Amino acid sequence: MNNAHIRTTFLNVSYGEHPALKDISIDIPALKITAIIGPSGCGKSTLLKAFNRLLDLADDVSICGEVFVDGANIYDKATDVYSLRKKMGLLAQKPFPLPMTIYENVAYGLRIHNGIDKNKLESSVEHYLREANLWDEVKNRLHTSASKLSIGQQQRLCLARGLAIEPEIILGDEPTSALDPFSAEHIEKKLIELKERYTIVIVTHNIQQAMKLADYVIFLYHGRVIEEGPSEKIFKAPKDLMTQAYIKGEYLDEIWLAKEAQAGRKVEEGEGI
Amino acid sequence: MLQNRRIKDIVAKQVMLGLAVLVGLLVFLIAFGLFTRSRPILETKHLSELLFSTRWRPSEGAFGFAPFIAGTVWVTVVAMILSVPPSLLSAIYLAEYAPKRVRHGLKPLLDMFSGVSPVIFGVFGVLVVVPLIKSLNEDFTGFSILAGGIVLALMIFPIMTSVAEDVIASVPQEARESSFALGATKWETIKYVVLKKARAGIIAAIILGLSRAFGETIAVLMVIGNVAQMPKSLFDAAYPLPALIANNYGEMMSIPLYDSALLLAAMILLVVTVFFNVIAWSILLRIERQHA
Amino acid sequence: MPNIKKRLFEEKVFKATMLASCVSVVLVFMYMLVTVVIKGLPGLSWQMLTQPPKGGYYMGGEGGILNAILGSLYLAIGATFLAALISIPVVLYLNVYLKKDSKFAVLVRFSFDVLWGIPSIVYGAFGFAIMVFFHLRASLLAGMITIALLELPIMSRAADNILKMVPHELKEISLSLGATRFETATRVVFRQAIPGILTALLIGFGRGVGDAASVLFTAGYTDSLPTSLLRPVATLPLAIFFQLGTPFPEVQQRGYTAALVLIFMILAISIVSRLLTARFHKHTLR
Repeated sequence: MNNAHIRTTFLNVSYGEHPALKDISIDIPALKITAIIGPSGCGKSTLLKAFNRLLDLADDVSICGEVFVDGANIYDKATDVYSLRKKMGLLAQKPFPLPMTIYENVAYGLRIHNGIDKNKLESSVEHYLREANLWDEVKNRLHTSASKLSIGQQQRLCLARGLAIEPEIILGDEPTSALDPFSAEHIEKKLIELKERYTIVIVTHNIQQAMKLADYVIFLYHGRVIEEGPSEKIFKAPKDLMTQAYIKGEYLDEIWLAKEAQAGRKVEEGEGI
Repeated sequence: MLQNRRIKDIVAKQVMLGLAVLVGLLVFLIAFGLFTRSRPILETKHLSELLFSTRWRPSEGAFGFAPFIAGTVWVTVVAMILSVPPSLLSAIYLAEYAPKRVRHGLKPLLDMFSGVSPVIFGVFGVLVVVPLIKSLNEDFTGFSILAGGIVLALMIFPIMTSVAEDVIASVPQEARESSFALGATKWETIKYVVLKKARAGIIAAIILGLSRAFGETIAVLMVIGNVAQMPKSLFDAAYPLPALIANNYGEMMSIPLYDSALLLAAMILLVVTVFFNVIAWSILLRIERQHA
Repeated sequence: MPNIKKRLFEEKVFKATMLASCVSVVLVFMYMLVTVVIKGLPGLSWQMLTQPPKGGYYMGGEGGILNAILGSLYLAIGATFLAALISIPVVLYLNVYLKKDSKFAVLVRFSFDVLWGIPSIVYGAFGFAIMVFFHLRASLLAGMITIALLELPIMSRAADNILKMVPHELKEISLSLGATRFETATRVVFRQAIPGILTALLIGFGRGVGDAASVLFTAGYTDSLPTSLLRPVATLPLAIFFQLGTPFPEVQQRGYTAALVLIFMILAISIVSRLLTARFHKHTLR
């Protein structure tokens, strides 16, 4: 792929003795929505966290391989982790407002990276709240605690907060799975709008959502990439047996075991969780 | 056979329940007991005279508690000023920065320190702290509020640090991750997010330390000089309430109203410490509920 | 614009300050213990440990602190036993008979927490008030009762934390086999938690041995060895306090030695309870 915004080469991640990601070599296309799909526990979140090096914080984790963002290996010792994270906005599965007012939540990233210029700050906060479709609902209570918002509003606040640091890439870890259908739809529509200006990677176990949103799909199972490609191809004409089974909602274990045996690999108990 | 077992069960339950109720009432029992014994003096004197008069001459019937209350307040404030900053800093370090091994080694050590007998702190005070203070200002004997404050600060450090560390460590990891994902440094995350979330619990920890400082007797008694005066400087000797009670129990039966006065002092200590404790534990209970 | 270098520098400064606070306080504590131990060592002798004070002891005469050593031990053992008599049943009740969210349990636990914060001198004053009410004199018994009250919240909190860790599946299994709650409490939960409970008892004991303010009026003081529950008894903390208060350097030296003995006692208790806790965690079902 030519304009891969993120590229990984032989990325391997283990938690202690437990391998979570094995030999992941993928490209994430720029200015498109990429969906990483697969059943729970197959390493999707781990992969996402590897992109913004949030993975560094986990206990007992070992990471080898390379992850290139805009051509530079982010696991190189010279990398500035803080500017890397500034490039990426993260929408977590469960919205977590910072323990501050709505205003302060959005302003947080701005303050840290840009310093304080009061006038500019106010207009920026308004701008990003509008972007997240939240401005009208909160404009009269900007200085009240963010924890009082509904869960759908909180997720939009997290979106505003993430956009405020002016990232290039938006990472979404099952961003709508905790929301009611109405709010979920809101976020989904917003993501489609945003791909004009941002590269978006979302992790989801909801196939319908992936079909709706994704331009590019990566299917992970037990820490390995089973198949990847443009969403048209993956959903209409998947090459791999497993992909076909997953999309149809069938059980994958037997196919997986057969596949691994064929490849000469012994599957360990509990591997890949 | 089954009947036997059932009877045992029921009897045991009643006994245990009774004991539990007793425990629940114990604070009130203590308050009641002390109140009863201090009533004589409360009936004879005005509360305002007791609390604000600086004249303490029991043989003449003058019972002004003001110097002792002042002494207690001064020494407690000094102890808090000396102890709270290092305590909080240590708690943050242990909860957020210390490698696992360091944390696992230091926490039990802190527990051990909090179990050391108060007398030992007093001995240390007499041995090292008092001469140290004397060397700072030769006009005074070294037995001073400052000495009491230093010794108290050492005594309350373990409990404050331990509770604060627990509270900080229990802030959910998502809070930190949200901040990191926005590109904040660890320190910024602690400053703006973690400490904010832990604020109530940290206050509770400080209140517990305050309460402990208020009531500690023997260690302070050994280094503070026990002179009933309104303190004017940190180098002055003073006479906190607990020391008053401890030093004069021998004479209290021989002078009228003296025993009642001293038990009133104990009552004041009880009320103040229970007040602080109820606030602090309510906060901590609420935090525990939030995490459940 | 606050650039990354400045932000990281601020972090470095604070991190160094934090580490310095923590380390320096720990060092001061170590210094404290070491100083007292060193000061007390010269006076340490067989005589000190095995003899009560003889005539003229407080002016430099012969004798030792056996009265205080034995007195403290008897006092603390008796008090710990009394406290356990109330504490263990109540804590078992809270954990086995009551549901997790029981309001009564919350109340009792809160009560323990508040009692924990009451200064020891208040317990002493209360003990004294009881003594006067029952026309008792300062004695070993009065001291035991007062210290038992002091130890009660400490022991209970420790025991409660231990019992909370017993997995509730264990209780469920016992009950589903037809056992009564009492049987579950005594045969299953208690047995599982024995090392932890012993630790709780030790923690209480340690506090009981070291406290001075509560025994001041209730246990009195004496130079003789403890012989009866109804007579005054000497305690180590008071022995230290009184001996340090005399103007004679030889007697003061003995005070320091007594402090040394107390430190060793408390250290020994601490170490044993650490070992017990480690054993408890090893055997806990998960």
